[in-house]
Amino acid sequence: MTTSAPARTPRKLGGVKIPTRLDRRYLPVVGTFVVLALMLIVGGSRYENFLTPAVVSNLFINNAHLIVLAVGMTFVILTGGIDLSVGSVLALSTVITAALLQAGWPPAVVIPVAVAAGTVIGLAHGVMIHYFQVQPFVATLAGMFFARGLCFLIAPESIAIDNASFAELATWVQIFGEWRMTSSVLIALIVLGLGFVVLHLTRFGRTVYAIGGGEQSALLMGLPVARTKVLAYVVSGTCAGLGGLLFAMAQRSGYSLTGVGMELDAIAAVVIGGTLLTGGTGFVLGSVLGVLVLGLIQTIITFEGTLSSWWTRIVIGVLLLIFVLLQRALTLRRT
Amino acid sequence: MTQQTAPPVVEMTGISVEFPPVKALDGVDLHLRPGEIHALMGENGAGKSTLIKALTGIYSPTAGTILVDGVERRFTGPADARAHGISTVYQEVNLCENLTVAENIMLGAEPRLLGGLNWRAMRRQAAVHLEHMGLDIDPASSLGSHSLAVQQLVAICRATVGDCKVLILDEPTSSLDTDEVEHLFTVMRALRDDGVAILFVSHFLDQIYEVSDRMTVLRNGGLVGEFVTADLPAAELVQHMIGRSMEVLEAAEEVVEHAERPAGATPLLQVVGLGRKGSVQPFDLDLYEGEVVGLAGLLGSGRTELARLLTGADRADVGQARVAGKPTRLRTPRVAMGHGIAYTSEDRKGEGVVDGLTVRENIVLALQAERGWMRPLPRKQVDELVAKYIQQLGIRPANPEALLRNLSGGNQQKVLLARWLATAPRLLVLDEPTRGIDVGAKAEIQKLVADLAADGMSVVFISAELEEVLRISHRITVMRDRRKVAEIDGGGATMDQVVDLIAGGGTK
Repeated sequence: MTTSAPARTPRKLGGVKIPTRLDRRYLPVVGTFVVLALMLIVGGSRYENFLTPAVVSNLFINNAHLIVLAVGMTFVILTGGIDLSVGSVLALSTVITAALLQAGWPPAVVIPVAVAAGTVIGLAHGVMIHYFQVQPFVATLAGMFFARGLCFLIAPESIAIDNASFAELATWVQIFGEWRMTSSVLIALIVLGLGFVVLHLTRFGRTVYAIGGGEQSALLMGLPVARTKVLAYVVSGTCAGLGGLLFAMAQRSGYSLTGVGMELDAIAAVVIGGTLLTGGTGFVLGSVLGVLVLGLIQTIITFEGTLSSWWTRIVIGVLLLIFVLLQRALTLRRT
Repeated sequence: MTQQTAPPVVEMTGISVEFPPVKALDGVDLHLRPGEIHALMGENGAGKSTLIKALTGIYSPTAGTILVDGVERRFTGPADARAHGISTVYQEVNLCENLTVAENIMLGAEPRLLGGLNWRAMRRQAAVHLEHMGLDIDPASSLGSHSLAVQQLVAICRATVGDCKVLILDEPTSSLDTDEVEHLFTVMRALRDDGVAILFVSHFLDQIYEVSDRMTVLRNGGLVGEFVTADLPAAELVQHMIGRSMEVLEAAEEVVEHAERPAGATPLLQVVGLGRKGSVQPFDLDLYEGEVVGLAGLLGSGRTELARLLTGADRADVGQARVAGKPTRLRTPRVAMGHGIAYTSEDRKGEGVVDGLTVRENIVLALQAERGWMRPLPRKQVDELVAKYIQQLGIRPANPEALLRNLSGGNQQKVLLARWLATAPRLLVLDEPTRGIDVGAKAEIQKLVADLAADGMSVVFISAELEEVLRISHRITVMRDRRKVAEIDGGGATMDQVVDLIAGGGTK
């Protein structure tokens, strides 16, 4: 027991404490970071032109939509839930964007509508899960089928986007020397920053963590559990809608079959980033590192050239397993 | 015992709480004065938790008044009570282990900065509260990295944030060791000296006598009285808690016949130094065929824990067990069943009957498990068996297809007994088989236990009702504070003797 002799005598409270040892909470994230760094070093030593600003820029550009999904997914998983619908909702958002632009709506209207579609589905999930006590897995599975079906109802075929101002937005790029940042990367980074601030500096964010740590306890501590739980799914749904927008910008089209299985990529990224599926522990920055690890695997296999691209899946599977086992070992040691 | 004469901060008068048709509390008074530690005493079901819940607004009383600082109040819930200075800390730590200590203390009343959290101020304020409690831990560390005792103290720390006039501690010590309890008491005394009224619930008599100034004793939902701790001997307190005057009890007839055990008989089950850390101190016990051994002791004295070690429900850390002279390890209930040891838990609903299944299915459950699922009992044999037990034990309704949840508590208990009797056990461990069932069914079960012993079965009988234990036991093992303190012959034992043994440690 680390209690001192119970005393009334005021003890000097030291200034800022400098942690002498790494807090255990950060270990999984540090682990992900080390893996990422190792992959960069190994890739850089094996292939020419690997560690170049162009490759790293592309890593972000190709995965901007997945970063946004992973940020939203982190909120849900932190509460101890899961959102299986994000791939379908992303597709729905691309289809809505493409269909409305084709019908001649201005982008300034289309963009909020596409994102709001995700928000509404997320709200429906949250209400089902909290007020009707439906398992998150089942509620969002239903949402996944619903959104996918809705895509086909709107447009069975792929719709190309040829709206000029939308194309302008999509091709906006900022160049710093050899580094490139597209509009989608900028949006993804803004979402990441917002996610970080909300989770760590607001009562809503801390309540998300508290619910994951113990819903009953959070309730007895007088925290707004109902509102927070529903909002977590709203955040995830909104992120999926926004992810769809980024995907439509990249593909310049909307298609009902995009993003099949992408929810699993998002979950994998969150888990590799050190967030426990049981909720309560994890960081949004970790999730982004997870996305980058997934993207980098893809890049390395492309550089390797001779390997089938399906090796990506095998490597992701192995990594996922290693990370989950690692987390298990950490939590076991704690108890 | 500072301000004996100060006006009460909480004055509950004539409080009744009903859950029709049951009257859980009947005209109970409670007076809490500022600057006192007030113990709330009573056996299980006496109404302690109900009274606390009536005060904090979880239940609403059907009669009576609650005055807080002289103003009549009915709180809408714990949050409302807390806003008026009444905080509760429960037995289980209801905090979030994954958050930091500072967050656990301050969330809900956290300092803010530009609409967000002000972490720096939060840690600083939390540190001040922690220091007040004599806790030297880093507010930025996560709660889960600390021991349960520290977490319990952090929970108390959270309760004292803001204006705390009354602190309710509902069994805060049940999972703490001696040093940790000592620290908690120091904190409680410090808070008392600051003028906080503390309502303290504990099953440990030693602790009550060590820390409390006054106490209120409840029994069966009624008020027994309010006492000054120093003026009430422990034996008298136990009598108040258990009730019944001595004369009535001693007149109660004995059900069992006290036949002499043949000399040199081998015990059916013999345990030496069996114990489990944090559960029961090592104990010795011999159980013979044809004998009922009663376990007496207050709730939390280790009665159930002992039974669970005997039956493999919990695994012992130390000690040996011999079944009919042969050494064995009772690792799981299945192993114990293999040796003919059957156990009915005190938690009838949770660990006993399956209330969605029928009487028939519940009765054959254990027998079928013993045979293995690959060899189903022939239906005809099942029907005969079930009919036999329904008739023998008088299970009502006498319908094998009735769902268990539609039976009364007493009949559910009989079905549970039938389940184990069907496996023809040599040792039957019954934990509170008569709790919450009506008088008639109680007498029937007592009679049955006596008959089983007469037929040569060995029975361990646990009950909170001393009278019952005295009546049907050949021998009585007395438990106190998770330790076996005595073993006496049931035949000559009197209520006085047993009460003294149970209270033994409380008269410091």
